[in-house]
Amino acid sequence: MVLIKGRQVVADSWRHLDDSDPLPATGAVTISWERWTVERGTIARPRAQLGLRIPNTVTTAVIGADADHCGLIAVAFPNFGDGRAFSQARVLRSQYGFRGEIRATGNVLRDQLQFMERCGIDAFEVPERALTEDWLAAFSEFDLFYQPAADSRPWIARQRAGRN
Amino acid sequence: MYRYDEFDRRFLDERVAQYRDQVRRRLAGQLSEEEFRPLRLRNGLYLQLHAYMYRIAIPYGTLSPAQLRMLGHVARKYDRGYGHFTTRQNMQFNWIKLDESPDIMADLASVEMHSIQTSGNCIRNTTSDPFAGVADDEIEDPRPYCEIIRQWSTLHPEFSWLPRKFKIAVSASKKDRAAVHVHDIGLYLVRNAEGEVGFQVLIGGGLGRTPIMAKVLREFLPKKDLLSYLEAALRVYNEYGRRDNIYKARIKILVQSLGIDKMREAVDAEWAKMDHTPLDLDNETVRAIIAHFAPPAYAAVGKDDDAVFQAAVASDRKFARWMKYNVAHHKQPGYAIATVSLKPLGTPPGDITAEQLDLLAELSETYGFGEVRVTHEQNVVFPDVRRSDLPAFYNALAAAGLGTANIGLASDIIACPGLDYCTLANARSIPVAEKLGEHLADREEEVGPMKIKISGCINACGHHHVGHIGILGVDKNGEEFYQITVGGSADEQSAVGGIVGRAVSSDQVNDAVDKLLDVYVRMRCEGEDLPATYRRVGPEPFKEAVYGAH
Repeated sequence: MVLIKGRQVVADSWRHLDDSDPLPATGAVTISWERWTVERGTIARPRAQLGLRIPNTVTTAVIGADADHCGLIAVAFPNFGDGRAFSQARVLRSQYGFRGEIRATGNVLRDQLQFMERCGIDAFEVPERALTEDWLAAFSEFDLFYQPAADSRPWIARQRAGRN
Repeated sequence: MYRYDEFDRRFLDERVAQYRDQVRRRLAGQLSEEEFRPLRLRNGLYLQLHAYMYRIAIPYGTLSPAQLRMLGHVARKYDRGYGHFTTRQNMQFNWIKLDESPDIMADLASVEMHSIQTSGNCIRNTTSDPFAGVADDEIEDPRPYCEIIRQWSTLHPEFSWLPRKFKIAVSASKKDRAAVHVHDIGLYLVRNAEGEVGFQVLIGGGLGRTPIMAKVLREFLPKKDLLSYLEAALRVYNEYGRRDNIYKARIKILVQSLGIDKMREAVDAEWAKMDHTPLDLDNETVRAIIAHFAPPAYAAVGKDDDAVFQAAVASDRKFARWMKYNVAHHKQPGYAIATVSLKPLGTPPGDITAEQLDLLAELSETYGFGEVRVTHEQNVVFPDVRRSDLPAFYNALAAAGLGTANIGLASDIIACPGLDYCTLANARSIPVAEKLGEHLADREEEVGPMKIKISGCINACGHHHVGHIGILGVDKNGEEFYQITVGGSADEQSAVGGIVGRAVSSDQVNDAVDKLLDVYVRMRCEGEDLPATYRRVGPEPFKEAVYGAH
């Protein structure tokens, strides 16, 4: 796996714990949503050191209520056709004002990267072959958009109004 | 009609470039077929029995002469000289090569056409009333709102990977010519008690293996809120729609399992949480889109117009018949709405040749203002023909084999492509439609308005559930059989037809339909269509007629 963030390949500064791994005293770690729901009362950690890996079946209202506790939320794309995490990310950004990292994990496709980015996902776990296949170019395939999303890009209706 | 501006053009160029690169990566082996499939589907390319099928969007059915000619060009250059209008205001070509598909897309882009989201689990082409802007019963022209929905839904980043496909239709009035009740979301333009125009929103309609009529989600939605409310409904569907079973994944199943009241609560709750501001439709934006659909410069009625027309009716029986069935009332005095039948006897419903496409382009410039509409019943509407031009227009059509006078009659059959083309089909549709149409032609005037719809499998692309008479192809031990339903309707009285009895073989279809029509003709009251008679007398007389003798 390779991590893309800010449209470049970066090292992953987070440790991803299994549910049986002990929680280290310090350092940035991610834990599963299931573990969080069980241990949340005992976890006292600065936001910047806690990340949650959420399945795409958890409703946005439930995640949103807990988003304040963490600095990273990893959303899941179990297969290319399952687009629930697009809504999760968008709602986290637009309705809950989540400003930490939202990371796409699972079966992340090159041709979905720009959609993901528009929904507020800003980090992407992609396969190694992304490096040889110029996946970074996928972020700029479109520079015009027909609708507002969770990013700050202008959309066509606004651009038209501005011009008129 | 809507014309692209520089934004629309540049956007489409970007899409063509993206698709060209996807095809290149596929041919270079960088993408597996499994990875490529959802990408090509979102550009309208299906792999069928014999070749790739390419489905092109015709937003709310509207085509310009340049677009008609381009479809003719595509038919000649990339296909076998003909195309097929579908039941959702799209055009399909059936013999396409993958490596040529980016070139077709680029050719289409040159006339402001595309194939974006004509397949895949995303928001599909928005369909509408083919009489939009010219029918005198409409509350307001629906096309500007269809265009607004088209733009909003195009490459929507959040809703491009839904549980299943999502179809939206908009009707200009309660007189429904857009089959709104069988759509995932259906919108009726309505006027509220204060005289304000907005939308009645329906949700959860659809055919397929579980036919369900849409239910009212909201009685009145102000226009300003159109997109934010759609977004709330789509988000609820994306989050809660089933993904474990493709046959249970449409929004109709979600609405059915939650119940319409719970669904409404969920959508309203989501809507309340959202910031509507970015999506609010301001008057300026709406006015700018409406300006694209301004009425053309109609001519005043000439004093001899009616005489020309009456003389032709009196002297030409074929023209008189065509007038009776194919021509509808226009809101502008001196003009008529004429429907060109793509159901000549013995041909596949909805098929059209390159030469006919060219001819329609030319005729739309001579007899109209350069615009035609494709209907979900697979015919082509000329919205603005001067009444005094109707005889000449008819003669031009008839000379090209397009003068069939059967709109709304028994031989005006809707059919899907069926087993002749489609990988999903269980049985052939086209030959059944051809034979049945020929068989019924002699008695169709006696029978009167009649909607016969044929699907080659349970996916119901031929809308058989809502046919007055519906015919469904089924497979029984490798043989093709046809299950017949009666009493269905796709208009504002929408209903799913009842099954008459066990499926019949293809050579028994004509006979069974004859017997159903006999019952209808014998038992109908003045002015009743078949669904009305069926509602009144029930299924028994129909069952008895087809199966009683056995």
